[in-house]
Amino acid sequence: MENKLIDLVNISKTFDHDLVLDDLSLSIKENSFVTLLGPSGCGKTTTLRIIGGFLTPDKGQVFFDGKDITNLPPEKRQLNTVFQKYALFPHMNVAENIAFGLKIKKKSKDYIDEKIKYALKLVNLEGYEKRDIDALSGGQQQRIAIARAIVNEPKLLLLDEPLGALDLKLRQEMQYELIRLKNELGITFIYVTHDQEEALTMSDTIVVMNKGYIQQMGTPEQIYNEPENAFVATFIGDSNIVDGKMIEDYVVEISGKKFRCIDAGFGTNKAVDIVIRPEDVEIVQPNSEKAVLHGRMTHVIFKGEMYEMLCVTDDGKEWLVHSTSLHEPGKEVGIYVEPQNIQIMNKPTSEDEAAIDPIIDEAED
Amino acid sequence: MNGKLRNRLIATPYTIWMIGFIVIPLIFVVYYAFTNDSNAFTVENVISFFNPIHLKSFIQAFKLALISTIICIILAYPIALIFRNSKTKKSSFVVYVFILPMWMNGLLRIYAWLTLIEKRGVINLILTSLGLPSINIVNTEIAIILGMVYDFLPFMILPLYNSLMKIKDETLNGARDLGANELQVFTKVIFPLSIPGMVSGITMVFIPALTTVAISYMLGGGLFLLIGNVIEQEFLTTANWHLGSGLSFVLIIFIFIVMGITNNFTDKDEEVNII
Ligand SMILES: Nc1ncnc2c1ncn2[C@@H]1O[C@H](COP(=O)(O)OP(=O)(O)OP(=O)(O)O)[C@@H](O)[C@H]1O
Ligand SMILES: [Mg+2]
Repeated sequence: MENKLIDLVNISKTFDHDLVLDDLSLSIKENSFVTLLGPSGCGKTTTLRIIGGFLTPDKGQVFFDGKDITNLPPEKRQLNTVFQKYALFPHMNVAENIAFGLKIKKKSKDYIDEKIKYALKLVNLEGYEKRDIDALSGGQQQRIAIARAIVNEPKLLLLDEPLGALDLKLRQEMQYELIRLKNELGITFIYVTHDQEEALTMSDTIVVMNKGYIQQMGTPEQIYNEPENAFVATFIGDSNIVDGKMIEDYVVEISGKKFRCIDAGFGTNKAVDIVIRPEDVEIVQPNSEKAVLHGRMTHVIFKGEMYEMLCVTDDGKEWLVHSTSLHEPGKEVGIYVEPQNIQIMNKPTSEDEAAIDPIIDEAED
Repeated sequence: MNGKLRNRLIATPYTIWMIGFIVIPLIFVVYYAFTNDSNAFTVENVISFFNPIHLKSFIQAFKLALISTIICIILAYPIALIFRNSKTKKSSFVVYVFILPMWMNGLLRIYAWLTLIEKRGVINLILTSLGLPSINIVNTEIAIILGMVYDFLPFMILPLYNSLMKIKDETLNGARDLGANELQVFTKVIFPLSIPGMVSGITMVFIPALTTVAISYMLGGGLFLLIGNVIEQEFLTTANWHLGSGLSFVLIIFIFIVMGITNNFTDKDEEVNII
């Protein structure tokens, strides 16, 4: 069992009477790649700032390697941050920016020069040493910010949407570089993004946040396949969230029809939320054995790797369907879902949980 | 093409203004500087800048302007820094309170200053009523320096404040993140980034202080002839316009050189917003 590198214990933070983090606790293991994922304004940057030492929490403690660092100033913490923006020094060129931390640590000139070369190569900006910061594009600035942080070889690297300004291809390249770097140097990463695909590909642990709460923490597979609540389900990928009733263990009722499922322990005749991913909705012949629900196809969009379609069932509910085979609008169809693809979730009960109900607009941010 | 024409039309009043009030007077100054009473060409007026009496008043003015500029920097920097760091919405209002005197007539400000430091002025009144010995600084260099500082301090605070406000908090966080302590953050980031503002402040304090007529006249009691006073006398008392122009000409060249040097330090987009 690896030890905990960062331990946030019951952190709360308020800005002008606005509770931004509410009793947040989070443990991060050494050598892991943890991603904080959530809609804009949910407190990701605030969490990073508290770990980095730029904000003091109103309540709670921060432990680093077992030591309480809640009140330690940032320059004394053994970690580096890639800030969301504006953190490069405008009066220095690229090389001077990268050398800043090393010069403070009084490293030799040879060592520094070598590090600059290495870091620029890594972020694909070889030969940019003498460039002015103002003369760089937003994406190039972000990459210099990454280079400037990693040359210090910190134990922990905090990255606040470091690839936000890059185009898709460069972003994917940088994603691989970052992962390679992480494995090479053995740095623990805490990564912030609101791009769910980036989170799924890069991390070994994802922390889904909303409104200052942790909604779910788990591996990408767990987050995607077994979302614990409707918010997580809508935020990660497309999904159909439908009301249902747990008739008994392994049997759930959707739109008045019984489906077999693999969940148990919810009690009998209990109202639940159900997540079904659009790629798990099977369109079958309406008169076949398999068809549980019946409906009519209404919309089709060709998305490249598949068709995105809408199907309206007899009781008026809309189902999002992803499939490689086309079902023309107007076609009468049947719907079937494999038991293991039906994810049952408790309905939110408390006020707090109600606050985390899916807000589609925000989730799409 | 049309746009260019329109721009030119809009610029016309300014062009006329500049020609009428800057270029033509300058041409006159140059003309008078290089001629004598019988309108013959001469360099005597210009060279006489370096005659010991004039040189002395120039050096005197240079010294006092330099000292007050330095004092202005020392006073203005912490003020500007405090304003920058107090992130309240009121801080820009407080800045304007500080630079409010700028909108008051310069002469009035000197009179106000005079009533403070006079022999029977406000300061001495307070000192004597407390049983302390009164101070006598009117008609000394100290009075002139204090007057210059008082008069020109806002012109140092404002550009400094502007350049400090341009520094993003995240830039400073970046420095601390990389291990810089508060002192290093100042010396390596804040100070270098404030140099453009400081340099415009220096130009805006040093040059008016160097050429002042009123401050030295009123607070120095006529005992100190600075270069500005000498030039004024040549024009108004001695009525020797040729000598006055000759001295002015050299002073203008000197100012051009100072501005040329300082221009290298200022941001291209550095703007001093007074309103
Ligand atoms: N210094 C501050 N003063 C006041 N409110 C703040 C401050 N910093 C953050 N907030 C507020 O705290 C909330 C969380 O902000 P935070 O920056 O942590 O969001 P985020 O999850 O990083 O969002 P994004 O994805 O847009 O970067 C927001 O509502 C924000 O307005
Ligand atoms: Mg953020």
